[in-house]
Amino acid sequence: MNKVLMSGNNIIGEAAIRAGCRFYAGYPITPQNELTEYMAEHMRKAEGGVFIQSESEVAAINMIAGASATGARVMTSSSSPGISLKQEGISSMAACELPGVIVNIMRGGPGLGNIRPSQGDYFQATRGGGHGDYRTMVFAPATCQELADLTMDAFDAADKYRTPVMILADGMMGQMMEPIIFKSPAPRVYPEKFMLRGAGSGKSKFIRGLLLDPIDAEEHNWKLARKYEVITEHETLCEEHNLEEADMVIVAYGTAARIAKGAIKRLRDHGMKIGLFRPITLWPFPELKLRALSAKVKNFLVFEMSTGQMLEDVRLALQGYAHIDFHGRPGGAVPTPAEFANVVARLYNKRD
Amino acid sequence: MMTKAIFSGFGGQGVLMMGTSLAHSAMSSGYHVTYLPAYGAEMRGGTANCTVAIGNEEIASPVASEPDYLIAMNSPSLFSFQTKVAARGIVFLNSSIISDRPSRSDLTVYSVPCGDIAQDLGNTRVANVVMMGAFIKKSGVVTPEMYLKSLETIMGSRKKGVAEVNRKAFAAGFDYIKD
Repeated sequence: MNKVLMSGNNIIGEAAIRAGCRFYAGYPITPQNELTEYMAEHMRKAEGGVFIQSESEVAAINMIAGASATGARVMTSSSSPGISLKQEGISSMAACELPGVIVNIMRGGPGLGNIRPSQGDYFQATRGGGHGDYRTMVFAPATCQELADLTMDAFDAADKYRTPVMILADGMMGQMMEPIIFKSPAPRVYPEKFMLRGAGSGKSKFIRGLLLDPIDAEEHNWKLARKYEVITEHETLCEEHNLEEADMVIVAYGTAARIAKGAIKRLRDHGMKIGLFRPITLWPFPELKLRALSAKVKNFLVFEMSTGQMLEDVRLALQGYAHIDFHGRPGGAVPTPAEFANVVARLYNKRD
Repeated sequence: MMTKAIFSGFGGQGVLMMGTSLAHSAMSSGYHVTYLPAYGAEMRGGTANCTVAIGNEEIASPVASEPDYLIAMNSPSLFSFQTKVAARGIVFLNSSIISDRPSRSDLTVYSVPCGDIAQDLGNTRVANVVMMGAFIKKSGVVTPEMYLKSLETIMGSRKKGVAEVNRKAFAAGFDYIKD
């Protein structure tokens, strides 16, 4: 197995193509431009590959919905403001049970914000940012290796549950380089009965999200809800770091988790026992694992590059069984591990 | 072992290439490594910088709190980053265009006229490789052989002349620093 040094954005593109993605539509926006560029360059070399630089983000999401309906493995990518534009299409894909991968390389918001790394789109990603009763699975990689692995896994999960899946990373993950190894993707499992390939002389098939009869629509909603229950039960992922003997646990994901690890390493040398709980799936949130931790740890610190969004999920998971502090750096500010270590040390020293 | 270095200069000086080539050679040498470029609304002649972290174990944060090395290719880089460098850290200055010195007295400074050396070699664009020669000599993070191999991989082997001038530039920088 060969190690390669690639930037996060390029890794997502390469992993997608290796996983069999053959339809990509996207519209440029910093800090994910290198991904669109990579797909433009490499999709045409992949057999049957289609790359489209669409006229808008709205067009891109609808293009992948259409291609997905015909049975293609599909992906689109953008950054925060562009992802807002895609929400109607994501809701539509969830309603029509169309698999597809949507990549959000987050930047500072709200509004146009700035192009620095940020984590302000947690609510949008995990609550189903569009309208209606639906959920999207959300993977939050924290290393370039995870970007490669989870991108491949995202396609499989999308097919398995016939649902849109989001990769949620930030500008730093998109721009940084680390050595990685691409794993061999499993062959695709997606039955032809879900694809629109032309009825010929057979029976017509329909894929639609417009259900005018409320009884039909209600049943469809419950069907989706049952699917989300299965996902919640089987698909949560998290990393537990340094938790043995920890008397304070930081909860952080993605880039924030890396900064937290750096801070933990510094503080360990000063005898402070601090662990890290890192959700890898943000929806479904690894709620039960986190709650189980509260049996032995009573002090938690949520750290996000936002004003506090995952904080709500941590509160729901811990149900008041432990004390929760929060530290946030919104708007594209990225603290160094040394800066964050000062915050952690202050809270550690006045813990109960 | 954990080494962090910041490379900084004007856009166009090949600062990001310095970081990429170092990161690649660290990977080839079997180390954990991260490379983080500063990105933004930049342009040729604007500022560019990147951070490379090299270690024996998993690297937590690609953002350097206290880099051990600063490689400054222009004066603004020196002023921006000298306060971040770790105590008793090492600073490499492109003395062809930087006449200033760090205001901190704990830093060890190596002045390398890499622009002039590159000009003597007939190609001012290899000033960055001259500086890498000096940096690798002093830091020893990777072997010169491994670095040159990575440089060739990154530049592509199509242009034979480029590889040749790069090797000469690297050797000139390497020899400029005395033991």
